[in-house]
Amino acid sequence: MSAKIKLACRNVWKLYGANAETLLKANPSPSADEIRNANTVGAVRAANIEIEEGEIFVIMGLSGSGKSTLVRCLSRLIEPTSGEVLFDGVDLLKADGKALIDIRRHKMGMVFQHFALLPHLTVLQNVMFPLTIQAAPEAEAEARAREVVELVGLKGREGNYPRQLSGGQQQRVGIARSLVTEPDLWFLDEPFSALDPLIRREMQDEFLRLQGRLHKTIVFITHDFEEAVRLADRIAIMKDGEVIQVATPEKLVMNPATDYVAEFTKHIPRSKVLSLAGLMTPGAVGEGAPLLHSAKVADVAERIIASDAPLSVQDDAGQIIGAVDRMAVAKVLFGEGSTP
Amino acid sequence: MIQRFDRRTVIVLALVIVTIVLGYHGRDLSKALDMRWIVKYPSAWVLPFKSVISEAMRWLIEDAAIGPVSFTDVTRAIAWAIEQPYNLILALLATGFVSGLGNEAQVILPAVSWIVVIAAVLALGHYCRDWGLALLAGACFLYLAVFGQWDSAMVTLASVLIAVPIGAGGGLLVGVWAYRHPTGEKILSPILDLMQTIPIFAYLVPILFMFGFGPISALVATIIYATPPMVRITTMALKAVDPEIVDFGRMAGTTERQLMWRVLIPSARQSLMVGVNQVIMLTLNMVIIASMIGAGGLGFDVLAALRRLDIGAGFEAGLAIVVLAIAVDRLSQAFAERMGRMPERTTGSFVARHKRTVLVGALLLMTWTVGQVIPLLQDYPATRTLTTGAFWDDTIKYLNVNYFDQFEAVKVFFLNWFMIPIKKVLLGMPWPWAIAMLVLLGWSAGGWRLALLCGGLAGLILVSGLWAKAMVTVYLCGASVVLATVIGVPLGVWAALNRRAGVAINLFIDTLQTLPSFVYLIPVVMLFRVGDFTALIAIVLYALAPAVRYAAHGVRNVSGELVEAGLVSGCTPLQLLRHIRLPLALPEILLGLNQTIMLALSMLVITALVGTRDLGQEVYIALTKADIGRGVVAGLAIAFIAILADRLIKAGAQQARIRFGLEN
Repeated sequence: MSAKIKLACRNVWKLYGANAETLLKANPSPSADEIRNANTVGAVRAANIEIEEGEIFVIMGLSGSGKSTLVRCLSRLIEPTSGEVLFDGVDLLKADGKALIDIRRHKMGMVFQHFALLPHLTVLQNVMFPLTIQAAPEAEAEARAREVVELVGLKGREGNYPRQLSGGQQQRVGIARSLVTEPDLWFLDEPFSALDPLIRREMQDEFLRLQGRLHKTIVFITHDFEEAVRLADRIAIMKDGEVIQVATPEKLVMNPATDYVAEFTKHIPRSKVLSLAGLMTPGAVGEGAPLLHSAKVADVAERIIASDAPLSVQDDAGQIIGAVDRMAVAKVLFGEGSTP
Repeated sequence: MIQRFDRRTVIVLALVIVTIVLGYHGRDLSKALDMRWIVKYPSAWVLPFKSVISEAMRWLIEDAAIGPVSFTDVTRAIAWAIEQPYNLILALLATGFVSGLGNEAQVILPAVSWIVVIAAVLALGHYCRDWGLALLAGACFLYLAVFGQWDSAMVTLASVLIAVPIGAGGGLLVGVWAYRHPTGEKILSPILDLMQTIPIFAYLVPILFMFGFGPISALVATIIYATPPMVRITTMALKAVDPEIVDFGRMAGTTERQLMWRVLIPSARQSLMVGVNQVIMLTLNMVIIASMIGAGGLGFDVLAALRRLDIGAGFEAGLAIVVLAIAVDRLSQAFAERMGRMPERTTGSFVARHKRTVLVGALLLMTWTVGQVIPLLQDYPATRTLTTGAFWDDTIKYLNVNYFDQFEAVKVFFLNWFMIPIKKVLLGMPWPWAIAMLVLLGWSAGGWRLALLCGGLAGLILVSGLWAKAMVTVYLCGASVVLATVIGVPLGVWAALNRRAGVAINLFIDTLQTLPSFVYLIPVVMLFRVGDFTALIAIVLYALAPAVRYAAHGVRNVSGELVEAGLVSGCTPLQLLRHIRLPLALPEILLGLNQTIMLALSMLVITALVGTRDLGQEVYIALTKADIGRGVVAGLAIAFIAILADRLIKAGAQQARIRFGLEN
């Protein structure tokens, strides 16, 4: 891992219950039974993750898996019972109230599942809010807010109230608001879960478009494995408060760590996850205009199958690194586990 | 299992029968056994709570001091702080600005003319919503002028305008404090409980001592009465704010203060406005009672009319309170809604942007100058007022003359077959048995804690020497609650099942609730004269609303799936009601019962005016004699009864909810 670690959590625990702290003091890593016997509930257990600068890191889990608690521990909305949360190498849990407010004002942004827009403010005022409470100069704040409102495609809606907007539009406001302070670290807590499937898809594309321009470090929470696969650079899968596996979507699909993970990946069409890099014959040379090694099989399958000869695959630098033929693609498309 | 259940039923039945027999023959039994003390608690055993409290109060007012600041200084300072804005508004609305005293008084500036007030109300209505509201509010105020209630109404309005901001603002601050400090809330909660269950009369006496007879005392009492719900609603509303919004506020980097005033309170403003509305309604409820310790205005008119049994005048003044309440209520609701929307930015000169304000201001100047010459502009001419007093007097007279026998028959029937038997049982029951039964009830409903509470509170009432009066209270309250439930629950069920009936019943209940409690008393006294039956009817009318509302709500809220399950099983409508709707609505109905009891108890003191001999009367006597100890002890006794009823019913409701799996 060459990239810089933006955010990391080391052995973070969050237990609920009167005895939570004493239990962890006496026993730094209690088992599930021990937690239950102490009359506590383990919301997050021994979480260790590292998030690299500029990546989309998705935390995926079903309801009750602790993903929301974990992201709130990372942003310190919830005080973890024990552990460290390192933000740019500094332990966030040791920051005092003032420092924390400062970090949140300038370095973090968050988008919420149910939008969390203030009902008494207009779109523009909502987006300006984080700047307003910093007592930023009014004109400057307004100009900046108008900019992000335009960025998320809501130009012309500045004077509307949240209740006058559709769900998708409201979440665009939420996104604009979280970006107005130009944060380095962007938390998105199930941002699209409350939206209709079609809108959700549209917002995912929009999200990828924005990230293509902004290159934020992103922590994205979802319960939808398909969404995770679509968006993530890396995915952490959580169950019962534990992080079970952290890997790229491709690796998750190819090598699920447990049966539980396999249960999710089973329904994901291989062709949408696998890239040519994992499929090609390395070192071979094919014909035609070379395909990019990171292209997903589903996106280029048609071309490969239409071609009688293997096609060349190149890396990001344009170097031919291998070739792929229609048999390999057919295996992915029609072989075992290819369809749900 | 069935065996045990049966045995339990048998035991309960047996105990009930023993209790009734014992109560009915209690007096004879105690005479026969020569143990009168088991029915009549000997006065030698009474603990002197009254005099202790009176002494403590005297010490507080005469001697208590922290350093050089005596307690009286504190009360004087509070009085002064309330007095200043009150005098200003009173002068503006009612008395005018006067210099000098007595005969030498010179009017510098008369009070705001009735025309200007009505114009202002119209403008406010139009600003807040539309012409419809403006006309409604304007008509209400015009009514006050035309029916000759203007001057009194303005005095009342002035006190409302002072009490509401203080009550709502103070309640908001205390509520915010309780939200921020969970321990604070734990301390506050029982205090609020007590403030809401102790009848207002009980604290009128200490207030009278601290602030003297007059409008300031009345305002203090009103504020104390109207604030608790605001505190509760504030804390609740803040807690109910979506946790995501709180998270957002924190993530945006708000300080604690910014989080409270810029995120939480604006997000909760709709619920907070419900609280403000409550404060307004309670303030208007207090109007008549406050006049007992010196508030003038409409309340005083009603009270005076009631004292001389002048039905026409009392009814008119009472109606004026209702009219004022309607206007203030609708305006405040619309104002709250209007505040919810941000103002659209208008452009143009000051005059163009503030047309309404300028118009009202111009009218004010005009009436103040031209009014010197044309009195009509200043005061509504007394010769043009209408009165319906004679009409009401005649109606009642007509009813009394022509239907006396019928009214009497109804009264006698209820007295002989319903009220007197209950009274006899309750008063004749030996107190050791009564307390034992209460403890048993508490134990079976809520375990030993509740049993302890039952025994303790009942014991306190006993040793304070108020047992007999407490039993009369229980009897009056119990009889009214039974009647209110018997009438109210079917009405509520009907309202829930039939949409059209629902609309009519709702209207009826709304009307009952906006009428100040005294207004019920007047016609009932006229028709049935002074006595327990009159009190019963007044209490039933007053306490009916929650029984209806909760029953309707409970029945409506039964899940549609369950009703459909019943339908496909082939239930007839009656079976559906009997086996599905009613049982599932039971917890809700019990909560309604709880509210009904609370309202009934709070009405008791008022019915003391028509000659009941219960704890309410005790409080009322204490008030007229300015006997602090007596008033407080009796007030607390009523509060204890209220608390006992509340806890027992809540425990019962919880058991029912657990049985239906709605809670565990």
